Amino acid sequence: MAFFTPQSGGSPNADEIASLYRIILYIALVIFVLVEGALGYALWKFRARKGAVAAQIRGNTRLEVGWTVAAAVILVVLAVITFAKLSAIQDPSNSGPNGQHLVGSDGVLYASAERKLPPNGKALNITVVGRQYLWQYVYPGAAEADGLGAPYAYEQMVVPTETTVSLDIVSSDVVHSWWIPELGGKFQAVPGYHNYTWFKISKPGVYRGQCANLCGRGHARMIADVKAVPPAQFEAWLAYQKVLIAEANAQAKIARAKLGKQIGAGQVENP
Amino acid sequence: MATYAPPIPQIVTHRAESSKPQGWTSWFTTTDHKRIGILYMVTTFVFFLLGGVEALMMRLQLGAPNNTLVTPQVYNQLFTMHGTTMVFLFVVPMMAGLANYFVPLMIGARDMAFPRLNAMSYWLLLAGGLVFYASVFWNPPEAGWTSYAPLSNSYFSPGGGQDAWIYLVHLTGLSSILGAINLYATIANMRAPGMSWGRLPLFVWAILTYSVLIIFAMPVIAGAVTMLLTDRHFGTHFFDPANGGSALLWQHLFWFFGHPEVYIMVLPGFGVVSEILPVFARKPIFGYKAIAASTVAIAFLGFLTWAHHMFATPIPEAILVFVMLSSFLIAVPTGVKIFNWIATLWRGTVEFKTPLLFCAGFISLFIIGGISGVFLAVFPVDWQLNETYFVVAHIHFVLMGGAVFTIFAAIYYWFPKITGRMLSEGMGKVSFWLMYWGFLITFLIQHVIGLDGMPRRVYEYDNVGHLALYNQISTVGSFILALGVLVTVFNVARSVKSGVIAGPDPWKANTLEWFTSSPPPPNNFDVVPRVRSVEPMKDIRREVERRSAAPAADPGGATVPAGAMQVGV
Ligand SMILES: [Cu+2]
Ligand SMILES: [Cu+2]
Repeated sequence: MAFFTPQSGGSPNADEIASLYRIILYIALVIFVLVEGALGYALWKFRARKGAVAAQIRGNTRLEVGWTVAAAVILVVLAVITFAKLSAIQDPSNSGPNGQHLVGSDGVLYASAERKLPPNGKALNITVVGRQYLWQYVYPGAAEADGLGAPYAYEQMVVPTETTVSLDIVSSDVVHSWWIPELGGKFQAVPGYHNYTWFKISKPGVYRGQCANLCGRGHARMIADVKAVPPAQFEAWLAYQKVLIAEANAQAKIARAKLGKQIGAGQVENP
Repeated sequence: MATYAPPIPQIVTHRAESSKPQGWTSWFTTTDHKRIGILYMVTTFVFFLLGGVEALMMRLQLGAPNNTLVTPQVYNQLFTMHGTTMVFLFVVPMMAGLANYFVPLMIGARDMAFPRLNAMSYWLLLAGGLVFYASVFWNPPEAGWTSYAPLSNSYFSPGGGQDAWIYLVHLTGLSSILGAINLYATIANMRAPGMSWGRLPLFVWAILTYSVLIIFAMPVIAGAVTMLLTDRHFGTHFFDPANGGSALLWQHLFWFFGHPEVYIMVLPGFGVVSEILPVFARKPIFGYKAIAASTVAIAFLGFLTWAHHMFATPIPEAILVFVMLSSFLIAVPTGVKIFNWIATLWRGTVEFKTPLLFCAGFISLFIIGGISGVFLAVFPVDWQLNETYFVVAHIHFVLMGGAVFTIFAAIYYWFPKITGRMLSEGMGKVSFWLMYWGFLITFLIQHVIGLDGMPRRVYEYDNVGHLALYNQISTVGSFILALGVLVTVFNVARSVKSGVIAGPDPWKANTLEWFTSSPPPPNNFDVVPRVRSVEPMKDIRREVERRSAAPAADPGGATVPAGAMQVGV
């Protein structure tokens, strides 16, 4: 539980954000104490007393230029620190040696101006689809032999540990915002746009989050979970999802064929 | 008739026949800037109380985890009404009300430049507020005060409340634009003789900047809500991604208005503080030019930072960096103001009257809001903090600290001028301390709630960690804060009839509104003195002392009417 800093511990980008936050917090605390202290001191020390006379000062150019420059310098320092940290937050690293072994075209992605990839170009690509009021996760690879039907899951995203996961965040209705605090920041799911982020989890476990942009009456219950499991377990899970989807598709086919017969041959063009 | 040929029209200094307005119907027909100012202030304060009740209902709902006091729908309506009310029906028009009443008095004018337009501004505001609140009886809006498209489109928000929201933005926006033009024209043309730009009271500088911001920012939101209206009802697709529109466009347009709007709300408050501190420190404002210049700088930079509300959207990296730096930049003039205020108190003789307490409270809160704003300007950090209770805490430190506390300072400072009676100091202090501690208890802990992962605009949360405790603390604080507000309401209600008679200048203040009687006559001034410095009243008091020391000198003094200088208290 976080009290003074944002949550972290799930993924390196979240850790880096928290450490950047901490640096700013220390600088901010110094400024806070100095400025509030000066205010409190001025109020107490110069309270009206018998015989006290207010000094009739209208300004002091040196002093004023001095504190303007000082404020600017602090902000330049903050900007430099931020730029130094930026790469570690934004650019994904390669998957670890114990991560998912990405084969074929499934894991290989093409970087674009917006989408950052690890140096070796390999990441597990999951498309996150926001909709009122649940998240859908679409995995790479086809569930069926004809290349149709990517495996997908709702509500809980299962991912392999020590594997760089690249998220492609989209929406099918209103604006949502993807957020798992321990895995990094928020990224809006805006209909008509793609938004990207990444994470790499080392500890197996469930990481909780929820939609962070008002999306309607069910917004508070638009929960997002990420479950990290060892790669072998992930592969078994994904294979099972593919089977389930293939089965469901087959059953739907039979149902459609039956329906077609009932209605009458020739009426259903596309079984 | 004023002629507009000379740059500064002459102010007629004869005794106008002051026909005292008669009866309650005169309030509907008045074009007197002071009565319109009172209408503004009373109306917006009522909306403030309504918005406060909405806030308390939300705090009650969040007082316990998984609470079922209100439905999700009602909760969404509550925060939509609360945000919209506080921004469009309280802070912005309250500042317009203060400006209406005091700008002409402070610059030695006898009314606003366009008195009838002024009345129209007020009635548009009231119409907007009534249309908006009428929706309470049908379907109040529920897409948030930011009304992001596509959620605010007719498909996702079919209710008429969203349209009521659009009309509210239109009517109050028009009201603000007309009011701003009026204020600008008044300040530019109707200043007392000798009042050059360098002698303009800092509150008037702030209002001048407020007016320019409104004139540039309000048409943008007016355009945006018109596009939303035609999307909703007339088949256009500006914000509809399925038909070639852009959902991001709404966010850009909204925040292009929304960020300057923050300064529209706080700059007048800065002006109030810059007036009050020198009076109660008995010391001139420190760095007049720096404060005036930083006001203008903040206003300009305020138009370059809107995308810091959109760090989490799909947006090019170059823009993220640019907006972070421009948001940093705006912290510099803001910091300069705070340093100048502290330097104004430094080596003064600070009198702890209620207006000063509210100003000091404001500075201490605004420091916190300013610092948390720097966290939010760093975009990777913002990715963790935005849309959480950390932001809720930040905006309340900035807006409640920056606007509400300064408005209360203004109420305690100027009430004697408006009514001719003093507010009770004792009740004022009780009100301040309740509001101050109530505020801190409510909102400090909200930073932690946000860091703990609770998004804003959620009607319920699970009982994990200490979230329940933190939220209870916040709820308790909000009721202490509300109690503090009520004490001032009671104070005002009582003092209007039975407060101590104030006299024209109870605080021994610096600006021209204290030159005339309290309350001022309909024509404000029989004689407008020539202004020789930024503190004309100080000059006049000195002059009076000099003359009373030598009673024979200059009988029938042209600049100081007899009786104008009975200094009260
Ligand atoms: Cu959502
Ligand atoms: Cu902003």
